[in-house]
Amino acid sequence: MAKIQINGRKINIKQKINLSDLLKKYKLDTKKIALELNGEIIPKQMYKKRILKNKDNIEIVHFIGGG
Amino acid sequence: MQKDNLIIDKKKFKSRLIVGTGKYKSFKETALAVKASGAEIVTVAVRRVNILDKKKPLLMDYLNPKKIVYLPNTAGCYNSIDALRTLRLAREMGGWKLVKLEVLGDKKTLYPNMIETIKSTKILVKEGFKVMVYCSDDPILAKQLEDAGAAAIMPLASPIGSGLGIQNKVNISLIIKQSKVPVLIDAGIGTASDATIAMEMGCDGVLINSAIAKAKDPILMAKSFKDAVIAGRNSYQAGRMKKNFFAEASSPLKGLI
Repeated sequence: MAKIQINGRKINIKQKINLSDLLKKYKLDTKKIALELNGEIIPKQMYKKRILKNKDNIEIVHFIGGG
Repeated sequence: MQKDNLIIDKKKFKSRLIVGTGKYKSFKETALAVKASGAEIVTVAVRRVNILDKKKPLLMDYLNPKKIVYLPNTAGCYNSIDALRTLRLAREMGGWKLVKLEVLGDKKTLYPNMIETIKSTKILVKEGFKVMVYCSDDPILAKQLEDAGAAAIMPLASPIGSGLGIQNKVNISLIIKQSKVPVLIDAGIGTASDATIAMEMGCDGVLINSAIAKAKDPILMAKSFKDAVIAGRNSYQAGRMKKNFFAEASSPLKGLI
């Protein structure tokens, strides 16, 4: 088990899941989001290569209505 | 006749109206209003995904980013670091390079912090962004933004969401006259006639959110703004008559019985 934080919420994950797995778990379409891992923007093609580890901090954003 | 397009960073747009997508009752209403406005560019905000609600509808499901240009904004950012972070994320989301920068300075007035705005513009331009910049109506600062490489200058007419219309026509005119990049009024427009006035003054375009979204009938108001912007642009290009202090009869006096 690893403890990570997504958008300010603490969650537990199984060991050895990558960012792509995480997005699938939350049913998020990679085309519609952008992601920061520990403050660094991760390019979409790297999602499968980045394995999550304990204390990782993830921010996932998308577009909403705005002026 | 040459086509009268709005040109931003070499890209041509037929519509001179940009609309915001905030404050609507639903995404459906947003989509209908955008359609009625005829706008080809819409502003959007970047926010955290709600990871707990997997079924929540997304803006992208209602406004297809392949059919309409998304202009990501930095609304809610009060310093350069946050604004840069937001726009870099927006770019990663789907390659957006055309962006709207707004760095705010005060929560009550939402007036721009021009020092942070100019600083951010310089960095974004270096990183290859095409930056449309929300700014104060100070001609000197507007010139500095243009020199920093802004793709468009977007002074406020009055505070964001206030609907007070154009408060300082002289300054807006000075900015229009001196700028070589497009000047668009961003913020403060209250009703369609305000947009016509802006266009008659020679603005290249207007950006409207609250005046449409907060109208009793946002979809009809969106159409009204579409017409108002076209009317104002045509009027500007037609060139208005001279003002006289005294009357001048429209009917000839010759042949009067």
